Amino acid sequence: MAVAPETGERTLTLTVDGQEVKAIPGDTILTVCRRLGIDIPTLCYDERMEPYGGCRLCLVEVEGARGPVPACAAVVGDGMSVTTMSDKIFKLRKFVIELLLSNHPLDCPVCEAAGDCRLQDYAWEYEVNMTPWGWHPKDFATRDDHPNVARNPNRCINCGRCVRICRDVMGIGCWGFTNRGYETIIDTPYNLPLEQVGCVSCGQCVSACPVGALTHKRSRHDVRIWQTDKTDTICPYCGVGCEFTAQTFRDRLVRVTTEPGQGINNGNLCVKGRFGMEFVNSPDRLTTPMVRNEDGNLVPSTWEVALDRVEQNFKRIKEESGAEAFAGLASAKCTNEDNYAFQKFMRGVIGTNNVDHCARL
Amino acid sequence: MAVAQKVKKPTVLRPLKTIPEVEVGICMGTGGIAAGGNDVWEAFEKGLAATDTYAVVKPREDKCEGSCSTLTGTGCRGMCAMDVLVDVTTRKNGQERTVTYGTVTPKMVDKIIEEHIVGDEPVHKWIVLSSEEETSHNDFYAYQDRLVLRHCGRIDPEDIDAYLEEGGYQGLYRVLTEMTPTQVHEEVLASGLRGRGGAGFPTGLKWKFAAEAKSPDGKKYFICNGDEGDPGAFMDRSVLEGDPHAVFEGMAVGGYAIGAAEGYIYVRAEYPLAIKRLKIALQQAEERGLIGKDIMGSGFDFKIKIKEGAGAFVCGEETALMQSIEGKRGMPRLRPPFPAQSGLWARPTNINNVETLACVPWIMTQGAEAFAERGYEKSKGTKVFAVTGKINRSGLAEVPMGLTLREVIFKIGGGVKNDKEFKAVQMGGPSGGCLPESLLDTRVDYEELNQTGAIVGSGGMVVLDRDNCIVDTARFFLKFTQAESCGKCVPCRIGTTRMLEILDRITEGEGQPEDIDLLLDLAENIKAASLCALGGTAPNPVLTSIKYFREEFEEHIHEHKCRAGACAALTTYSIDPVNCTGCRACARACPVDAITGEKKEVHVIDSDICIRCGACYDKCRFDAVRRA
Repeated sequence: MAVAPETGERTLTLTVDGQEVKAIPGDTILTVCRRLGIDIPTLCYDERMEPYGGCRLCLVEVEGARGPVPACAAVVGDGMSVTTMSDKIFKLRKFVIELLLSNHPLDCPVCEAAGDCRLQDYAWEYEVNMTPWGWHPKDFATRDDHPNVARNPNRCINCGRCVRICRDVMGIGCWGFTNRGYETIIDTPYNLPLEQVGCVSCGQCVSACPVGALTHKRSRHDVRIWQTDKTDTICPYCGVGCEFTAQTFRDRLVRVTTEPGQGINNGNLCVKGRFGMEFVNSPDRLTTPMVRNEDGNLVPSTWEVALDRVEQNFKRIKEESGAEAFAGLASAKCTNEDNYAFQKFMRGVIGTNNVDHCARL
Repeated sequence: MAVAQKVKKPTVLRPLKTIPEVEVGICMGTGGIAAGGNDVWEAFEKGLAATDTYAVVKPREDKCEGSCSTLTGTGCRGMCAMDVLVDVTTRKNGQERTVTYGTVTPKMVDKIIEEHIVGDEPVHKWIVLSSEEETSHNDFYAYQDRLVLRHCGRIDPEDIDAYLEEGGYQGLYRVLTEMTPTQVHEEVLASGLRGRGGAGFPTGLKWKFAAEAKSPDGKKYFICNGDEGDPGAFMDRSVLEGDPHAVFEGMAVGGYAIGAAEGYIYVRAEYPLAIKRLKIALQQAEERGLIGKDIMGSGFDFKIKIKEGAGAFVCGEETALMQSIEGKRGMPRLRPPFPAQSGLWARPTNINNVETLACVPWIMTQGAEAFAERGYEKSKGTKVFAVTGKINRSGLAEVPMGLTLREVIFKIGGGVKNDKEFKAVQMGGPSGGCLPESLLDTRVDYEELNQTGAIVGSGGMVVLDRDNCIVDTARFFLKFTQAESCGKCVPCRIGTTRMLEILDRITEGEGQPEDIDLLLDLAENIKAASLCALGGTAPNPVLTSIKYFREEFEEHIHEHKCRAGACAALTTYSIDPVNCTGCRACARACPVDAITGEKKEVHVIDSDICIRCGACYDKCRFDAVRRA
C-alpha cells in the first residue's frame, strides 16, 4: 500500500480487466469499476444502503477466489486482480436474468416502469433466452390502495431495496419479507394498507425499486419516461436544497424523480419534494397580480398597476406611522439571493429591522 | 500459577448413597419416548414396587445397600431401531451383570422383573446386548469409538452430579488453572478437530481468528449451533438430550479461548426435549458456579443463553443464525466480514456445531494427541453418523474417521432391511450426494467423500434399496432445500424451483429429452451464483444422482419407466394368472379395494382404482403381482 507524501492518504493498487488502477482502502470493486466507467449490472445495490448481495448480478472474477464474488460488497485489496467480464460471468448474469424473467409477468407494455426498468435493460443487454424453463408468472393478490405509491408485487424481484430504504434510511419499516423460498414476497406487516403501517408517503421505496413493482401512482398511465423532458432542479419547498429531476411534457410537470448519488440529498426526497409538485399544473395558480377594486374584490391586473399601488401605500404608511410599522416575512422557498435582496429592501428602503423568515421558526 | 490456588475443582456434591442390587436404565431420548419409553417406565415403577424386595429408591437421596432398585432415564444410546432399550444391571452373589433388552413394551416388563430381576435369569430371547454373551447385534458397538456419545445412554442428563462423576467439567478446570487462551486454541488445533456441522473447518484455527480479532468494546460472543435440520440427522439432538453439560463445558472452554464472556446456544424449537434438558442443565451448572459469573472462582465469566429457533432450516447457516438471534428474519448475509471479525451484533463471534463442542471436554481431559491418534489423514477423531432408511439397525453410530461406508452400513447398520439389494446411500443430507454400491469403499473422510460429489456434512446417511427410485429421491431432497430457501438470492429462490419442476415432470412421465441437460446447466449455475451454502449445495443430490445413475433418469424420460416402482405415474400393477393362487392376501392388503376375485380364483387389479402403493406387490408370496 502506498502513502501519498503530501496528504498521508493511503492508496492501493489493483488490476481491473488488465488495467492498473489506484483505489482507497475500503472501496468496493463496484465503486472502483464505476469510477472507471466499467458497467457492472446491479439490481439490489443502492449506494444509500449497505451492500445486500441478493441479486447476484454484479458477480465478477477475482484471481485466487474460490468462485465469483459480488462486486457490490467485495472490498478491494492491494494487488487484487479483477475480471469484470468473461464467458463465465456473462453466462451467470444471463442465467440470473433468465431466472428473474421466468416468473415475471412480462407486462412491459402496460408497466409504469417500462423504459425505466433495470430488468428490461439487462434482459436486452444480455440477450436472454426468454423461456428456457417455461414461463411461470407470479400470481399474488395485489393490494394497491395508497394514493402515491402504486404497487404490483407480481413484478417484484425481491431485491429488498424498498425494505432496506424504509428501515435503514427512513427508520420506519413499512415493508418486510413474508413467506419463504419461492413464495417470498415483500409486503406490509399483516398485509395491512400501507397507510396504516406508519408510511409517511415519502416514496423512497418507489425511488429504490429497480423495476415496476413500486411506482408513482399519480402519474400512472401518464406520459412515458422517454417522452418527457428532464430538468435537474432544486426542490423549492424548504431550505435543505434537495436536487431532483423534473420530468415535463409540453410544459406540464409529469413526475419528479431522483437517482442515488444525485445532489446533496443523494437521491432521497420527502413527500413534498416527490409528490407535492402538482400545484405547478394547477389551473387555480395565480399567473398575474391581483389588485382590489373599489368594491373590495380582487381582480387581475398588471405588475405596473400593482406595484404602483404598493408604492403608494408603503409611502403613506411610513409617513403616518413610521418605519417600525412594517414587518417583512421572507420564505424558504425563495433563493438565498432573493432573501438577501428582501432584507436589504426592508432595512435600506423601508428602514426597519423587522425582518424574519419562515424557516427560522 | 497464582490464580490456580483459588480455583475450586468441580466435585460431586450429592454422591450416590445407594448401590442398589438392581439398576434399570431406560432410554428416554426422543426416540425412546416415541417408542413408548414413558409407558415402559411406569410399568417398571409399578412392577418393581410390587416385588416388595426391590422397591425403587432415589440413588442420591435414599440410602439403601443391597435389595432395592433404581430407575434412571438416560439419553439415546444410538440403537434406535431397537427402542425402547432397557439396561438391567444386577449385583447378585458378588457378580455384576448388565443386559440390554430391545424393543421393550410394557407387556414385557412383568416377565423381565419376574425372571431376570427376581429370578436372576435373563430373558434371553429379548436380549440385544449383554456383558456375558455374544448377540447378533454385537457389531453395532464393536466398530464404534464413542467419544462424543460417551455419556449418551449411560447417565441421567438431568443430574449434574452424574456428569461430574464421569469427570465432567474437569476439562474446563484444567483450562482455567493451567492454560492460557492461546494454549487452548493451539491444543484444539493440534487435536485436528474439524467442524462437525458439515464444512470441516479446523476448529482451533477458527478459535484463533476469533481470539485475535479486535472488538470495539471488548465484547465477543461464542455461539453453539444446535439448529440441526438435515432430514435424517439427529446426532446433535442426541447429544443435547443425553449429555447437555458436555456442550456447555465445550462452550465455556471456547469462550475462554476467544475471550468471550457471553455464549448463545441456538436450538431448533422442534427439539422440545433438548431445550427442556438444556434449561435444567444450565440452571444446575449456574447453581454450582460452573457457568456464569466467576466460574469456579477463577474470575472468568461465561454466561450462556438458550435461544430457540422458529423453524427455518436456513438458520443453521451461521450468518442467518446470528440474524435470527438479533431478532431479524433469518437470511444469510454476505461474507466477508466473517463472524470472527464481525458476527453477532457486529462483534467478533465464534460459532461451532454441537458435536464439535462435545469433543472439546474430551480433548481437554484426554489430550490432543489421543484425539489425533484416531481418524484418517486430515480427518481426525471420530464422527457420529445417523444411519437411517432401508437398514436393519438404524440409529446413531460414532466411528473413527476413515472407516469405509461399507463398514458403517453393513457392519454397524447390519445391512439392508429384508436382505434386499443395496442401491445407494444419500450421504451428508440434502447438501450431500447419492453414492452407488461401487463407491462403498470410500472412507468417511472429508477429502475422500468430497471427491465423490457427496460430503461428510452433518453425518446423515440414508440407505436406499432397489425399491427406492433415484429420481424420486433426488426430487425429495431438492424439494426440501427448495422449500427451505430463504428467498434472498435469485439462483436459490428461483433456480431450485425450476429444477424441481423438471424433476416433478420426469417422475410424472412428462420428461423431455433435454431435461437432463437443463438440470445439469441449472445445477452448475446455481452452485456458482448462490449467496450461501444452502443454494451452493442444493443441487448436489441431483448432480450425483445423474452422475452415478444417469440410466435411471433416461429410463424415466425415454421409456416412461420407473424400475423401482416408486413413481406412481410410471408404474402399473397387474396379476399374473399363472402364478396367482387366489389366496386373497393381496386383496386384503389393498387399501382402496382395487383387487377383485373369488377365493382360489385368479384375481384382477382395476388400474383405474389402483393408487400404485405397491402393498399387493409386497404381500404376494407367489410372485404373482407384476410391476411394470
